[in-house]
Order: sequence, then C-alpha cells, then structure tokens
Amino acid sequence: MTYTFGLDTFGDRNGDTDGRPLSHAQTIRNVAEEGVFAEQAGVDFFGIGEHHTEYFPMPAGDVVLAAIAARTERIHLGSAVTVLSSDDPVRVFQRYSTLNAISGGRAEVILGRGSSIDSFPLFGYDLADYEELFDEKATLFAELLKGGPVTWEGKTRAPLLDQDVVPHTESGPFPAWIGVGGNPQSVIRAARLGFSLALAIIGGPPARFAPYSQLFQRALEKFGRAPLPVLVHSPGHVAATDEQARAEFWPRWRDIIALMAAERGFAIPTEESFERETGPDGALYVGSPETVARKIAANLQALEATRFDLKYGMPGLTHDQLMTNIELYGGQVIPRVRELLG
Amino acid sequence: MSATTQPTRLAVLGAGHVGPVIARLALKAGYPVAIATSGEPEDIALITELVIPGAQPRWASDAVADADIVVLAIPLHRFLDVDPQLLNGKLVVDAMNYWPASDGVLAAFEDGGSSEIVARRLAGSTVVKALNHIGYHELEDRARPADAPGRRAAGVAGDDPAAVATIAGLVDAIGYDPVRLDSLRAGRVLQPGGPVFGVVLTSREFERAMRAGAGSLA
Repeated sequence: MTYTFGLDTFGDRNGDTDGRPLSHAQTIRNVAEEGVFAEQAGVDFFGIGEHHTEYFPMPAGDVVLAAIAARTERIHLGSAVTVLSSDDPVRVFQRYSTLNAISGGRAEVILGRGSSIDSFPLFGYDLADYEELFDEKATLFAELLKGGPVTWEGKTRAPLLDQDVVPHTESGPFPAWIGVGGNPQSVIRAARLGFSLALAIIGGPPARFAPYSQLFQRALEKFGRAPLPVLVHSPGHVAATDEQARAEFWPRWRDIIALMAAERGFAIPTEESFERETGPDGALYVGSPETVARKIAANLQALEATRFDLKYGMPGLTHDQLMTNIELYGGQVIPRVRELLG
Repeated sequence: MSATTQPTRLAVLGAGHVGPVIARLALKAGYPVAIATSGEPEDIALITELVIPGAQPRWASDAVADADIVVLAIPLHRFLDVDPQLLNGKLVVDAMNYWPASDGVLAAFEDGGSSEIVARRLAGSTVVKALNHIGYHELEDRARPADAPGRRAAGVAGDDPAAVATIAGLVDAIGYDPVRLDSLRAGRVLQPGGPVFGVVLTSREFERAMRAGAGSLA
C-alpha cells in the first residue's frame, strides 16, 4: 500500500510572538514560504482552503499555489477545499489546469463547501440553494475534467455547447476529490461522478467514518467504476512534546472556535472537550511527533484510507511555530507513520 | 417494550447528516426503523445497508403510513416541499433547525420558533421538538444507558403532554435523560443561539442553563 501525506492551511492569520496579528499580506507570504518548506521537509501535498474572513484571509489560494509551484519540483499542490457552489466550475477548471501546467502536472483539487459559508453572500448566492448549486457544478466539473469539448445545460450557469475549455492538460485529468463532512448521500455523489473521497473529520471519533469508506467503494462498484482513494483531513499541531503542542494550540483553537460559535450559534470548546478531541478517540492531532504519528496510522487503517492531510495552523500561531510543525511533520511524523503501517 | 404490545415503529425522513444517526440509535434501542428520502428506496439501499444496518429503506408515504412516530431529519428548507397531508394524524418529531448563519435565510421562518411554524403547517399532526440541539456527530457518542453516571440530557418540547411523554420515552430509550418542556414555544430554548444548543449537558446543568438563558429568548 502506498500512503501519501499532506499539509493543508486556510491561510490562518499569523500572530507575532506577543500575540499581535500580522497583516493579511504577510500571512500570505508566509503561507508561500511554508509551502516551499513543506517540500524540503518531505511532505507529499500542500493544500490551501478557500476562506474569506479576517482570520482566514485566503480567497485566492490558487495564486499562492502558483507561487509555490514556481519554487518547488515534487510536491503536489491543490485546494483544500475550493468552495465550488459559489464559484464557476469552468473558471475553477481553468485555474487548476493552469496550475497543473505551471507545476508540470502537480495540481489537485478538492471540491466542497468546507466550513466556509462566507463566499455565498459575497458572491450573491443563497445558502439555501447549496445542494442544488453543488450538485450541478460538481457534475459539470466532472465533465470538464475529461478534457474534451463539453456540452452542458443547467440552472446555475450559462449552457455550454460543444465548448472547448482551455488550457488542456498534458496527461489526462488531474486528481480531483470531493470533501465530505458526514453526509452519506455526498459519499454516493462522489462515487457516482467519479471523484475520490476526502473525509473531513473535525470532531468526534474518526473511526465512526469507517462505514463511509466502505460505502464509497461499494458505490464505485455499483456505478461500474474502478476503486478510488480515500483521504482523511483533520486539524492538528505538532511540537517537540505533547505538552508544548497542546499549550500552543489550545488557546488559539479555543479563541477561533469561540469566535465562530458567536457568529454561528454553536458550542464553545471546553478543556474537557479539548481533552477528548486530542485523545486517541478524538479528531484533533495535537502532540509530539510520536503521538500524532500513532494516531494517524491507527485512523488510516481504521478508515481504509491511503492519504492523510493535516490541517496545520490556527489564527494567532506564529510563522516560526508553523515552520517547526512542518519540519516535525515531514521529518518525523511521516516516516514514523510509514514505519507503523509498514 | 413488552412482548404483548406492538413495538413502536419509527419512520425517519432524511438520510443526510442527522437521519442515519437517529435511525441507528433507535435501532440499537430496539425500535423497528424505516428510512426514507424524497426519492425512491433504491437510492438509499446501499447507504442503509452499510451505514444504518437493520433499517428498512422505503418510500416516504409507506414508511409514514406504518409508523407510530415520524422523525423529520431533513434540511428545513426542504420541509417547505413536504405535503402536510403525508403526515396527517401522525406524531411527528421535529429534529430540524432554523440556522440562517449556516443554511441561509428562510422568510417563512424569520418570525417565531421554528417548531411552532412547523406545527402550524402540519395542522393535522402532533409536533414535538426533540433531537435537534445535540450535534449529529455527538448524538451517538454521548448516548448512555439509563443508569450510567453523568448521563446527558436532551430536551423534549410540545403542546400535547401525552405526545411529549411518548417522545420523552424515545429519548430515554436511545440514551439521554429527557427534559420536558410544556410547549413548543418553551422549546425555543433548544434552538440555535439558545442556551443549550450544541452543548451536551447533564440534566442538572441543562435545567440551569435553560433558566439562565430563558430571559433572553422570551
């Protein structure tokens, strides 16, 4: 079994050592540095998730990925996720096909809603139409990926008649995934359209997603498709020791979730919930390289997944803390997971 | 459930985030469960087999016709497409939420408690608000048997005391201490932004949080 390992960021706004936020521009430059360093550290994939907020100023991740592409040679680069419902599938294809050209075939895309709902009002979409928008646009994106002229008609964008969409890829479709947060019907849709499955697991015991992985493979069979990979995306933070990782991550995690809770009406994390989520049955990968590696290995096996993407960073963490996280993830966590799964 | 009476049969409408979780908990507690979407049973056959083993995928009309309790676990905007006749005469659990920050603004739900509006549209049904305020990813993890220490609470609100009692029994059976509220209006404390939404509390903590939060929601 070949396993691959990625790092994802939402462009979490960095803090300085005194806890003051850095500018959006400096945060974006730091993300580019982190992507380049990820390759040096031995990471296989670097992903940037679309967000449109003060604390996640990252609406155009593909531009940052292009900057990283120009300075790297091996690492795969992609979205994590692209909010397809509020974007134009033709433009998304063109941007990532362009990234694929610049990077010499290293582009990927993960389509989904993510936790970002801010793009809906920004671009004039109604959140209540989320399902229809996503379903239509994912269907069109699957057609675009095939590479030939596209004929398509729907309610959410202008029709296409035998339309050649450029730039063409050099060697077939680039990897494309659909991000799923716990809705089994979304798993079926990914299989029906021929996308790989990205399980976003951000709370609760990861093992409860195991039936989704089986559902995905069975649905692929049903639709007459070959098996496709499953990836797991979860948040975390790696530092030299468990204590240090938790001390750095907890206040940042608590503050940002509390902020989102106030805006969106959900619960604020407590020390008890943090204990549970960072323990062996939780969804947060926070700790020393050994702790994090063991948890990744166990969950890749439980979920029959072959890729793990650690969503690193939180608003307020410093660029230095993130670079250390990347160094430890690439240099120690990934080799140790490979050894454990050997 | 004694052997001499018919078991209480559940129909869960919705096979998204929430429906399968409630269906699994009810199956585990011994209830026969049918699950349905707006489409044909074949569409959810594979989901049922792997994610909700033991449940019966059915047409919504068949599932409801044979059910003693119908659980609405669909996105609230889809509820507006449900024909109220389908649920006529039924005991209906409203597990839905009006959550504009996450799902968008719905004009029909802008004024008043969402379950009161649901109940007005379902004039021929008895509506109880329950199983809406614990996140779907926590609902299963936090369920415990009746005598477990630190067992968590779940609110059950309705205008019909007998219906509230029946659903309190369901909530107890699937793993939570039921906290009864004597009207759908009082059940507004269970909504997004309310004092117990998204937090998983013991019944003592739950009652305290409700008292503290009730003033701001009156």
